[in-house]
Amino acid sequence: MSAIAFPVPDAAIIARREEIIAGLARLVAPEALITSADERRPYETDALTAYRRLPLAVVLPSTTQQVAAVLAFCHEQGVPVVPRGAGTSLAGGAIPQEDAVVIGISKMNRILEIDYANRIARVEAGVTNLAVTGAVMAEGFFYAPDPSSQLACSIGGNIGMNSGGAHCLKYGVTTNNVLGVTLVMLDGSIVEIGGAHLDSGGLDLLGLIVGSEGQLGIVTEATVRILRAAEGARPVLFGFPTSEQAGAAVAAIIGAGIIPVAMEFMDKPAIEICEAFAKAGYPMDVEALLIIEVEGSDAEMDAQLARIVAIAREHGVQTVKESRSAMEAAAIWKGRKSAFGATGRIADYICMDGTIPTGQLPHVLRRMAEIVQGYGLRVANVFHAGDGNLHPLILYNCNDPVEAQKAEDAGMDILKLCVEVGGCLTGEHGVGIEKRDLMTVQFNPADLQQQMRVRAVFDGQWLMNPAKVFPLEGRVAA
Amino acid sequence: MTIHTPTTEAQACAVVKSVIGSAIPLAIRGGGTRAGLGRPTQTQATLSSAGLTGITLYEPAEMVIGARAGTPLAEVRKTLAERGQMLPFEPMDHRPLFGSGGEPTIGAVAAGNISGPRRINAGAARDSLIGIRLVNGKGEAIKSGGRVMKNVTGLDLVKLVAGSHGTLGFLTEVIFRVLPVPERIVTLCWHGLSDSDAVILLSRALGSPFEPFAAAHLPAGIAGEAARTLLRLENFSVSIDYRAGELKALLAAYGEPELIEGSASEALWRDIRDAAVFAGTQEAVWRLSLAPTNGPKAAAAIAAALPQARHYYDWGGGLLWLGVPAQGDAGAAAIRRAIAPLGGHATLVRAPDAIRASVPVFEPLSAPLLRVTAGIKTSFDPAGIFEPGRMYAGV
Repeated sequence: MSAIAFPVPDAAIIARREEIIAGLARLVAPEALITSADERRPYETDALTAYRRLPLAVVLPSTTQQVAAVLAFCHEQGVPVVPRGAGTSLAGGAIPQEDAVVIGISKMNRILEIDYANRIARVEAGVTNLAVTGAVMAEGFFYAPDPSSQLACSIGGNIGMNSGGAHCLKYGVTTNNVLGVTLVMLDGSIVEIGGAHLDSGGLDLLGLIVGSEGQLGIVTEATVRILRAAEGARPVLFGFPTSEQAGAAVAAIIGAGIIPVAMEFMDKPAIEICEAFAKAGYPMDVEALLIIEVEGSDAEMDAQLARIVAIAREHGVQTVKESRSAMEAAAIWKGRKSAFGATGRIADYICMDGTIPTGQLPHVLRRMAEIVQGYGLRVANVFHAGDGNLHPLILYNCNDPVEAQKAEDAGMDILKLCVEVGGCLTGEHGVGIEKRDLMTVQFNPADLQQQMRVRAVFDGQWLMNPAKVFPLEGRVAA
Repeated sequence: MTIHTPTTEAQACAVVKSVIGSAIPLAIRGGGTRAGLGRPTQTQATLSSAGLTGITLYEPAEMVIGARAGTPLAEVRKTLAERGQMLPFEPMDHRPLFGSGGEPTIGAVAAGNISGPRRINAGAARDSLIGIRLVNGKGEAIKSGGRVMKNVTGLDLVKLVAGSHGTLGFLTEVIFRVLPVPERIVTLCWHGLSDSDAVILLSRALGSPFEPFAAAHLPAGIAGEAARTLLRLENFSVSIDYRAGELKALLAAYGEPELIEGSASEALWRDIRDAAVFAGTQEAVWRLSLAPTNGPKAAAAIAAALPQARHYYDWGGGLLWLGVPAQGDAGAAAIRRAIAPLGGHATLVRAPDAIRASVPVFEPLSAPLLRVTAGIKTSFDPAGIFEPGRMYAGV
């Protein structure tokens, strides 16, 4: 695939490579500077593996001060910078370019402070998402955003992309769960935004930084909310004969004033793929599956589930299967969370991430099937039904360039459809390079120019993660 | 003074374009009930949202409502209530505090990021605001976000505009996510606790699985003779009974709480939300946001410097409302000195114009953040026509 363009590498910068590396070597320890081609190779892509570019060099600082020194140096030298968390971006948010220095935060992985009375944790940005929950689990607490990649992905990356997960229906996404960050700006200034308190006065710079995809600076530390977990949680499987009925059941549950902690949808191809991998006991004779999770004491969960089951029956549910043990519950979630990995075992795939108004669900499911069939491909659908965040997985063979191009085209058609019905290009993965050229479908020139003028306040020269988010044409500088 | 009252977004763009050349500063106005927020400004004309009204979108099953910015908050609430839904963040009504009249608008709730006691559980206004349309200082209509609650497409200008108090643009339409109204609401009230014991109680409750939606402490003498420590539960009725019982057991060391329901509970929380103890007084009023356990420490340090200060806590101790004599700097130096070692921020919500003109109303910014703030202001409003100086002198 080669549909997505990269900026032409700056030959003058590449010509100065040795000089730039020598400069970086003065700022960090030798083991924190990666220059050989072999060792740079792991940094040439992220989870959007179809695109690769070998960076000029990779720096892995250990402190905020080192990040500041490296950024200030790159700024002074006019060298592009690509920030990198764990490299799990599905949108290509961490893919470098030949004239850029990658600044990876993976060595900054300490949990600095846990304060249960104030319900916060302060962590370095390279800490993995799951490690935050791991650190507070013994006290019954957790960190709410739970992207499928939570074992590997970093808090810094989550902040960059404003990551979500399966449980944001109740608990929100990253931006609702971060209280403060230490941000290193391009000129090397270190600023504290927010803290252990709520809602800093002044402009909501924290809200701007979250989801800015590494274009405004590098977050090196974060203060996040930790929440006390409910007494219990129980995922239940609801199998429906049609997607329409499943969708109508979701709307009716919300209409009844019930907000389950999660409502996940899988269509038949996804059920088959995930069941083959995870052996979660998913029903195989249904067209659509909802995983609905409720929380609380046993009696509370019983009461809430009774209402949900009654609604599901009104909408023709075919199978209801409750998890009766922690192991069964874990298997149910394992199936869902491994959907991407399990799909990867049977075919190459690209994972889309549009969001639609949930009322449009039956229409969009039908149209998506038509679009993908039109290209002669197959699609498996998993998505967050409560909030309309779709994850169609388009299956293809990456060794067939024609098919690969078709898969990418089908994906773009699906995202255009999401915007057309009132939704958006990306619900939780970010724009990255993947959806950059579709931004004009969702935004008009004035919208994009306003965003770019804000971006220019932080980086007037387009040095920070420059190939991402905004179309390469028509960019606004300082 | 000219008051522009556009009835369409295009008219609003035309108004802005007409003043760019002459750089006539505009006051941005909704219902005018919160005009006292921020620094006093020198404006020569007003751009009002009064002509932009009406619900534009309401999908109960998708839990989303959109309205033109000048729509009265009461109308939004009524529309939602008819379908058993509500705004999640319990926005404060500033009329009691400012003694102002008029009707608060939904646009001003967004522009001021106006939240209330529920903020600790359900997030602030900015967390529920999912889409905006606004006219920037170039007279362009722009949008950010949309009508779906999961959306990370591009820079989140929605957050930036929420709480910008009209300094970045003129909102024409806002879209919020909404939630079902809980089946039952109950308040548990403990009596006679010290500030520090109360905040420990609130922290234990908020760190329990029983999910209080609001948590406040009214020290002795602030609104009644004995101190009251309050937890509000919202849920299905069976859950309320169970959770209230569990919380009583968990917090048995603090005595048996009184159970308050119905209109008494509503009135209690409305007064907490609206800082009603300071309504009609001459005091300057501050709002401090802190880590909850730092609330009593800040209050003690401030009391030592300003013996006449009166205070109470919301947000589990993390929101400190403070009334001080409206003299000199209204306690600004002492208050900011007290919180400097603790972290957090202090906003001067109510004071005579002369004080708000001379004292930083919002927490002063570090040099790099002031530069960024000024840059963002210019990026939206290059000619500096919207509410110049409302948040920071010269910005």
